[in-house]
Amino acid sequence: MSNTPRHTALDALHRSLGATMTDFAGWDMPLRYASERDEHNAVRTRAGLFDLSHMGEITVSGPAAVDLLNHALVGNIGSVGVGRARYTMICQADGGILDDLIVYRLQDQEAAQAKYLVVANAGNAQVVLDALTERAGGFDAVVRDDRDAYALIAVQGPESPGILKAVTDADLDGLKYYAGLPGTVAGVPALIARTGYTGEDGFELFVAPEHAEQLWRALTEAGAPVGLVPCGLSCRDTLRLEAGMPLYGNELTTALTPFDAGLGRVVKFDKTTHADDFVGVEALRAAAERAETAPPRKLVGLIAEGRRVPRAGMPVVVGGEIVGEVTSGAPSPTLGKPIAMAYVDAAHAAPGTAGVGVDIRGTHEPYEVVALPFYKRQK
Amino acid sequence: MSNPQQLRYSKEHEWLSATEDGVATIGITEFAANALGDVVFAQLPAVGDTVTAGESCGELESTKSVSDLYSPVTGEVTEANQDVVDDPSLVNSAPFEGGWLFKVRISGEPDDLMSATEYDAFTAG
Repeated sequence: MSNTPRHTALDALHRSLGATMTDFAGWDMPLRYASERDEHNAVRTRAGLFDLSHMGEITVSGPAAVDLLNHALVGNIGSVGVGRARYTMICQADGGILDDLIVYRLQDQEAAQAKYLVVANAGNAQVVLDALTERAGGFDAVVRDDRDAYALIAVQGPESPGILKAVTDADLDGLKYYAGLPGTVAGVPALIARTGYTGEDGFELFVAPEHAEQLWRALTEAGAPVGLVPCGLSCRDTLRLEAGMPLYGNELTTALTPFDAGLGRVVKFDKTTHADDFVGVEALRAAAERAETAPPRKLVGLIAEGRRVPRAGMPVVVGGEIVGEVTSGAPSPTLGKPIAMAYVDAAHAAPGTAGVGVDIRGTHEPYEVVALPFYKRQK
Repeated sequence: MSNPQQLRYSKEHEWLSATEDGVATIGITEFAANALGDVVFAQLPAVGDTVTAGESCGELESTKSVSDLYSPVTGEVTEANQDVVDDPSLVNSAPFEGGWLFKVRISGEPDDLMSATEYDAFTAG
């Protein structure tokens, strides 16, 4: 892999906006434009605009596309209706998580030709592509690398439906959470998905890279009256952390199964096809059993009583003993306190467990154990 | 951004005011504040502490990371800015003014402190 970071179609625009850029999974991405806390609060109260073009798109099509995905992924893709989306995972044979994914079932002209858009994390896109390609052997399905075919722009926050309505005639009121429909936005063709990674209502717009700038500018203009601001990856991380959403590489790794991560619900043993031979099925059955009878560590939320911020890798301690490890931590703009997600021994994982601390550079700072998420939007 | 002419600067991105009765005011530069992002927690040296030029004397914590705070000079701390402890965002909004960090009665200073012009060049590189 090259060491030169890749640039999105909006790179020049970000620089003209004064963005602080950062290398993220091989891409040069906006970290923040001004204050990441202001960007975070804009998404919670108004709206924010994100360039997520680093995400990895893979198209799976053909008569047996659904069978391939049922075999390759842990979810029941057979139950995903046209125009709907599903949060799922791809695992190794040993049950370890290779990536978490969103699979969109696209509308297609030919009824026999099911078509799915698989969206992988930037850092895992090649791994996912390779795994799907390998697992496609014997299936009448085509796996296509579409990473260069799409730019991805997200508008997130309570004002996002109104902003998007100003630039599209698509039926947004009929578009449910975790659904997607093709439409024209700001004069360019787009897949409009009601998905996101912020804990707010919002949309993700997949467009051709050459249309990205036109779309970004139109959304910026439509959002200006209601306080939409461009947002970087820094606030995206604090938004998803408050919403209790896992991040691959932090909460999710190949060393953990979905059950270890508290996300066993994404594994379906009653699939429409390939229920007994999807990749990882035996290991995952054992992991499900273990989670029921003798759970190892559990993923919990921690809220600081003090002001020092826990970071990934810091030990969770009880009475001087290490009982867990922080996977993500940040100052929470919404709570006004540092928060963290951590894997903690089951004996100390119940909300309200007393005496739990985080070892922050040698000092044991007191933390409250809470259930996730930290923040849930009012509907 | 512009670095005030009357201040001197360290390679660790602290600024140092001219002394008044042997006491100088210390803060971090706008360049450093921008690099940190929103500061959310400041641990400053306590009044009476001895700080040493180039050595860590506290912490500044931002959304993404924690950074050591270095003293650009050696001496005794005479004051710490409680306003910054109460509202660390002052470091971002007014790094050269209300976001100052602590004051030191100087007993020694290194010979590599920079002028504003030199610091401009240092950060441009």
